[in-house]
Amino acid sequence: MSTFSPRKLLLAVAAPLLALVVAFLVTSAILLLLGDPVVEVWQTILSWPKPRQLVQIVNGATVYYLSAVAVAVGFRMNLFNIGVDGQYRVAVFAGAAFAGQAWFPGPLNVLLTIVVAMVAGGFWASIAAYLKIRRGISEVISTIMLNAIATGVVQWLLLKVAVKQQGSNTISTKPIPESSQLSGLGLIPGATNKVYTLILLAVLVGALYWFVINKTRFGFDLRATGRSESAAIASGVKVPRMIVTTMIASGALAGLIGMPLLFGQDHSYGTTFQAGLGFAGIGIALLGRNHPLGIAAAALLWSFLDVQSNALQIRAGVASEVVFIIQGVILFAVVIAYELIRRADVRLEQQRVARELAATRSDAPTPEGATA
Amino acid sequence: MANKDIGFKVRKGTVHAIVGENGAGKSTLMKILYGVQRPDEGTISIDGHEVHLHSPSDAIAEGIGMVFQHFQLADNFTVLENVVLGAEKLHGIGEGARAEIRRISDDYGLDIEPDALVADLGVGARQRIEILKVLYRGAKIIILDEPTAVLVPQEVDELFDNLRELKSEGLTVLFISHKLDEVLSVADSITVIRRGTTVDTVDPSSVNARQLAELMVGAELPTPQTEESTVTDRVVLRIEDIVLSGAGDSRNVLDGISLTIHAGEVLGIAGVEGNGQAELVEVIMGMREPTSGLVFLGDTDISDWRTREIREAGVAYIPEDRQRHALLLEAPLWENRILGHQTEEPNVRGFIINAAGAKADTERIVKEYDVRTPSINVKAGSLSGGNQQKLIVGREMSHQPKVLVAAHPTRGVDVGAQSSIWDIIRQARRDGLAVLLISADLEELIGLSDTIEVILRGRLTGTFDPDTVTAEDLGAAMTGAAGSAEETR
Repeated sequence: MSTFSPRKLLLAVAAPLLALVVAFLVTSAILLLLGDPVVEVWQTILSWPKPRQLVQIVNGATVYYLSAVAVAVGFRMNLFNIGVDGQYRVAVFAGAAFAGQAWFPGPLNVLLTIVVAMVAGGFWASIAAYLKIRRGISEVISTIMLNAIATGVVQWLLLKVAVKQQGSNTISTKPIPESSQLSGLGLIPGATNKVYTLILLAVLVGALYWFVINKTRFGFDLRATGRSESAAIASGVKVPRMIVTTMIASGALAGLIGMPLLFGQDHSYGTTFQAGLGFAGIGIALLGRNHPLGIAAAALLWSFLDVQSNALQIRAGVASEVVFIIQGVILFAVVIAYELIRRADVRLEQQRVARELAATRSDAPTPEGATA
Repeated sequence: MANKDIGFKVRKGTVHAIVGENGAGKSTLMKILYGVQRPDEGTISIDGHEVHLHSPSDAIAEGIGMVFQHFQLADNFTVLENVVLGAEKLHGIGEGARAEIRRISDDYGLDIEPDALVADLGVGARQRIEILKVLYRGAKIIILDEPTAVLVPQEVDELFDNLRELKSEGLTVLFISHKLDEVLSVADSITVIRRGTTVDTVDPSSVNARQLAELMVGAELPTPQTEESTVTDRVVLRIEDIVLSGAGDSRNVLDGISLTIHAGEVLGIAGVEGNGQAELVEVIMGMREPTSGLVFLGDTDISDWRTREIREAGVAYIPEDRQRHALLLEAPLWENRILGHQTEEPNVRGFIINAAGAKADTERIVKEYDVRTPSINVKAGSLSGGNQQKLIVGREMSHQPKVLVAAHPTRGVDVGAQSSIWDIIRQARRDGLAVLLISADLEELIGLSDTIEVILRGRLTGTFDPDTVTAEDLGAAMTGAAGSAEETR
């Protein structure tokens, strides 16, 4: 965005680090209070993951990343799309139902499914966009409601199209043909499991997100609207249109969240499909400051905590849910720290500008009113 | 460092004025006196004892009250409710408070009715409520920050009567301003500050406005002075019968406004704030859809155009509230240079932002328009008001405009920036632009305009020739005191 400076980098990294330290202290305090073994818990969580777990971490982060980018697009223009969860459910269901029909051969089926999912997610988000620009309904409220509706609608449709799986009482869409299943990439040596092929999709999305937001006119308008809606209007941005476009883009990106899981792991959408990804995305986008690389780091951290906490019950005798406390405290702390640092940054810069101007003034004391 | 070596004494029961350019450190000084900001060094003493102000509540406890330039009143509350808000413990919220408000109003001649709804009151009355608010909280020293900026001449006189009343009751008034005539007429003593330092404290009877201004700027005083007429007969901007209905059943916000501006003409619009000026500008800029009426740019009907097309077609726009409408305060200067011209060279190449081009052009604007900044990468919010405005004006003049819509272009900027902005407007006029100038500064209107129209309750109520009109005439027309439309041409 602007020129690189060590001061900016320091400020950018200070807040998350501070948040991690606070989370560490608060969680330790809670564990101590409850009489749980603090040292064992941290030893488990902070141990170096095995190759198999590394793959799990990367895979989890891939899905989180897509979710957080979907949220971040809205955040950049102060649009709070809380409905990523509902949008991704609708989208992955539509995509799974489409892919299961196997109307198209192998890779083409994958590609078209992704398009179908994006359209479905975008459509679901467009309802909230319409309500906002035509009826003035806050997108926060409408998307929360639409999440609940999405759950119901998807369950109902699932019952209609479901196929009974043998030897199980879970129901799901028709599995996608083997030719369209993506077996994964062997990126991590020594692991028997593989990284989702669609990690490539996440990388592509990240790069596109960076480019569109920072380098294009559309991105400029979007950021301008986020920073000051009134200034954006006066500059000629059609704000209602921006709301619709951004909301649909956010929904379409939300449609991608389920794709790595669908093609790389579940091969169908059913009642056991991973839930809650949209909400995790909100936190990860916040932690990553809506920055493509920041989000990647945050997604990896989130996934790392998820995976490492699995062993807590066995190794430390503590419920793995303790990880939610850690994640929650990190978020709390980071939001506060970002705000404090933002204010400090504004103040420091004002002082610096005043100081540098004062310095140049004493060098060349030319009165500015002398032109008349 | 905004302030260094500020030192002055204020006698009890006097009106003491502090004058200085914007950016001279007046606001910082006020913040320190009101406990918003703490000084790095130095002391403040009241009645001979040193005080330490850590917050506005400390200041209030010491009897210091502040009346801000922007009123802090809730429109949908009554006077009583506004006054007791935050001070419920003093006299309650009922009869006690009402009686106290009446007493203060009578004692100081403020003429405030406690049960009136603030939304129904004019600017002058609102300001008196603000004064009453600080008196209610027990203030003995009242700081007024640019109190006359929003008032017409008649209201200014009333305010000054109120201030004299306060003074005669033994209160002390600190009066911040850069309108020197007013300062000379009301103050008992004047402290001039420049670049964060007190230059001098003078007796108003021993100086005139020019000398004061020279102390303030450290150089000659600029005046808004039109040159020979450059008005041509080529119509550039024409507005036909614009009507904008108000919310619900209320009267029309704009009621049949028609204007014609020729190339090389500055058309000034005088009016008390809130009489439709802001809405008129928004209609012209395509930010607001009028109920009926047409806008023409040259021969082209642009009534249905959106803001971006209008700006692209060569309408430059200096909004009245630069922080809300003209800048992204948290974005660097060069991104602010793009704002409003997102589709034009050198800011973009096709659909891609041309950061290099925008940065190079920002450097040019900074140099040509004398924007004081250490770099084009600092945030716009870090600059002083005058420098922000010079950046905006520079940006707007950089796209070969045909029309310049300038709303309060010199509001809240220092004398130096004011003079350069006046120069730019004069240059625009010489270059054959059609300029629509909306201002609350009547001197500015008279000095720059070729024609002045007065707007009152959404109607144009009079056309004046700036060569013959006085600020008092305009003031009377603006408040409707002059009766019906008055032609002095």
